Amino acid sequence: MTDTSTLARGGATSAPGRRRGSRRPPRAGGMPAWAVPYVLLVPGMLVIAGLLLYPMVQMAIISFQDISLRVIRGVAEPKWVGLENYRRILDNEIFRSALRNTVVFALVTVTLTLVLGTAVGVLLHRLSKRMSTFVIIGIMSAWAVPPVAQGTIWRWLFDAEAGVINWALNLLPDWLSSLVFGRADWSGQPWLNDSWSVYVVLVLTVVWASFPFVAVSVLAGLKGIPSELYEAARVDGSTPWRTFRTITFPLLKPVFAVLTILSIIWDFKVLSQLYVLLNGPTNREAFNLSLYSYAEAFKAPPKMGTGAAIAIVLTIILLVVTAFYTRQMVKQEDLA
Amino acid sequence: MNPLARKRLTRAALNTAGVLVFLFAVFPVYWMVSTSFKANDQIFTTSFIPFPTHFTVEHVERVLTEGVAGNPIWVYMRNSAIVALGTVLVGSAFALLAATAVARFRFRGRTAFLVTLLVVQMIPCEALVIPLFLNVKRLGLYDNLLGLIVIQVGITLPFGVWMLRTFVAAVPRSLEEAAWIDGASRFTTFRKVLFPLVAPGLVATSIFSFITAWNDLIFALVLMKESSGYTMPVALQYFFGQRGTDWGAIMATSTLMTLPVIAFFLLVQRRMVSGLVAGAVKG
Repeated sequence: MTDTSTLARGGATSAPGRRRGSRRPPRAGGMPAWAVPYVLLVPGMLVIAGLLLYPMVQMAIISFQDISLRVIRGVAEPKWVGLENYRRILDNEIFRSALRNTVVFALVTVTLTLVLGTAVGVLLHRLSKRMSTFVIIGIMSAWAVPPVAQGTIWRWLFDAEAGVINWALNLLPDWLSSLVFGRADWSGQPWLNDSWSVYVVLVLTVVWASFPFVAVSVLAGLKGIPSELYEAARVDGSTPWRTFRTITFPLLKPVFAVLTILSIIWDFKVLSQLYVLLNGPTNREAFNLSLYSYAEAFKAPPKMGTGAAIAIVLTIILLVVTAFYTRQMVKQEDLA
Repeated sequence: MNPLARKRLTRAALNTAGVLVFLFAVFPVYWMVSTSFKANDQIFTTSFIPFPTHFTVEHVERVLTEGVAGNPIWVYMRNSAIVALGTVLVGSAFALLAATAVARFRFRGRTAFLVTLLVVQMIPCEALVIPLFLNVKRLGLYDNLLGLIVIQVGITLPFGVWMLRTFVAAVPRSLEEAAWIDGASRFTTFRKVLFPLVAPGLVATSIFSFITAWNDLIFALVLMKESSGYTMPVALQYFFGQRGTDWGAIMATSTLMTLPVIAFFLLVQRRMVSGLVAGAVKG
C-alpha cells in the first residue's frame, strides 16, 4: 500500500481514467483486489495461529509427556509417557473433587446469575428513567471490579474476626439464626478454611460481579420489543408472569442463548477470585480445574504433563458444552 | 384498593427493589473504598463502622511509598499500565485490519476464519498457560513485560475482531463508494471515511482489551520473576500472609486498581453491552 498520495490526488498511473465514475474499489498500491483481504488478515492470523492455535496443539502434546526441570531449562528433551498423565489424574482424589467443584460451581453460578440478572433487567425496564440510570451506574461499578479485587473485597467482607458478614449474621435474632443455620453465634466464623464455605463465598462473589452484565443486556433486549405487544397482553388481562413467559422470553431467546453461553465460558474457568479467596493454591480440596492445572504445573515440583492433561480435560468439557451454540452461530454466519 | 393507590404502591415497591439492588451491588465497592480511608482501630473491630470517622490517608500513603514486595505500588501500576496500553496499541491495530477484511470483503476462507475466531474464544486461556510459559521462556521473553504484552494481544484479539467487525459492517458501503468515485485510494478511503466512523467502536474494543490485560493475574504470575516487574494483581497477593493481614493496605491497593476500570466502564458501558450482545447474536 505505497504511493497512496498520488492515487489520492487522482494521479495514479496504474489506473488510468478511473478518476471519476467508478463504483469499484481502486487498486491498493498495485495489489490485485483479491489479495487485499488476505493482506489485512496477515497480522491477525499470525497472532491467532502463533499464540492460540499452536499452543493448543503444544498443550495436547505436553499432556502425553513428562517435562522435567531440565527440559524447562532447555538442556534435555521431553520424555514421552503415553497416557500416563491422564491415568494419574483420573486416579487422583483431588482431580475428582476439582472436577466436581468446577461443574457444580458453574451450574449453580450460571443459574443464579441468569435468574438474578434477568429479574434485575426486567425491573430496570419498569423503573423510571432517572431511577434506572441510578441503578445501572450502581451495578456497573460492581461489574467493573477486577477479578482479583473482587476476591480481596469478598475475602474482607467474610473475614472471620472483623468481617461485616459475621457482624451482620450476629444481628439476626438468635431463634431465627438457629432455625435457619443451626447456630446463633457467628463471631470468628472462618468462612475460608473449609472448602464448602469457600465455594459459598465464591458463588456470591461471581454472581455479584456478573449479574450486572446480564441485567443490562436483558434491558437492551427488552427495549427492542415493541410496546404494543405488552399493551395487547394487558388488555387481555395477562398476568406479569404469563407476559414474561409468552412474550418476553420467546423474543429474548437469542439474547438468553448468548448470555448463557458467555456465563458458562466465564464460570467454568474462574481462577483469580478463587486464587485470592484460597490465598493461592493451598487448600487442595477446594481446587477447581483451572487452579489445579496451575498448581500442578507451577508449584514445586513442577508437573507440566499432568497440568496440561487437566487443562485438556477442561478445554474438552468447554468445547463440548459450547458446541451446540457454536454450530448455531456458524449457521447464522452462513446466512448473513 | 383504588387503581391510583395500587399504582403508587407498585411504583414504591419497584423503587424499593431498585434501591436494594443498588445497595447489593455498591456496598462491597463502597466498603473497599471506605476501609482504605479508615484508621486501623476502625478496621480491626467487631463492630460496624459505616463511615471512616477518623479519616486517614495513611494506607494510601503507605502503599504508594513503602508498598509491598520491595517496591512502592506505583511501580506495579506502571507495569500494569505498560502491559495494558501495549496490548491495546498493537491489538486494536491488528483487530481493525482483520475486522475490515471480514466485514468488507467476501473471500475464500472467510467463513473458516470466522469459525476459527469463534472456536478460539471457547478455549479457556487459563489452559494455555503451560505452553505459552514454555514458549516465552524459549524466546527469551521470560521476566519481560514484552512477553506479557505479546500474550495479551493473543488473548484479546479474537474477541476484538469479533466485536469490531459489527462496527465496521455498520458503516454504509455507499460512503466508501462515494469516496472511490471521487478518486480516493483504498488507503485514503480507509483513513478519511471508515476510520472516523469506526473510531467509537474502536474505543470500546480498546477499552475492553485494556481491562482484560489490566485484570490478568495468571500470566503475570507465571511470567514475571523479579518483583520489580510484577503487575498490580500479582503485587496484591504479597500483602497476604506477612505479619497478619494488612487490610487497610490491601483495600487501598484494590481501590487504586479498581477506580480506573470503573471510570472506563461508565464511559463506554452502553457500547460495550451492545457490542458484546450484538456481536454475538447477529453473526
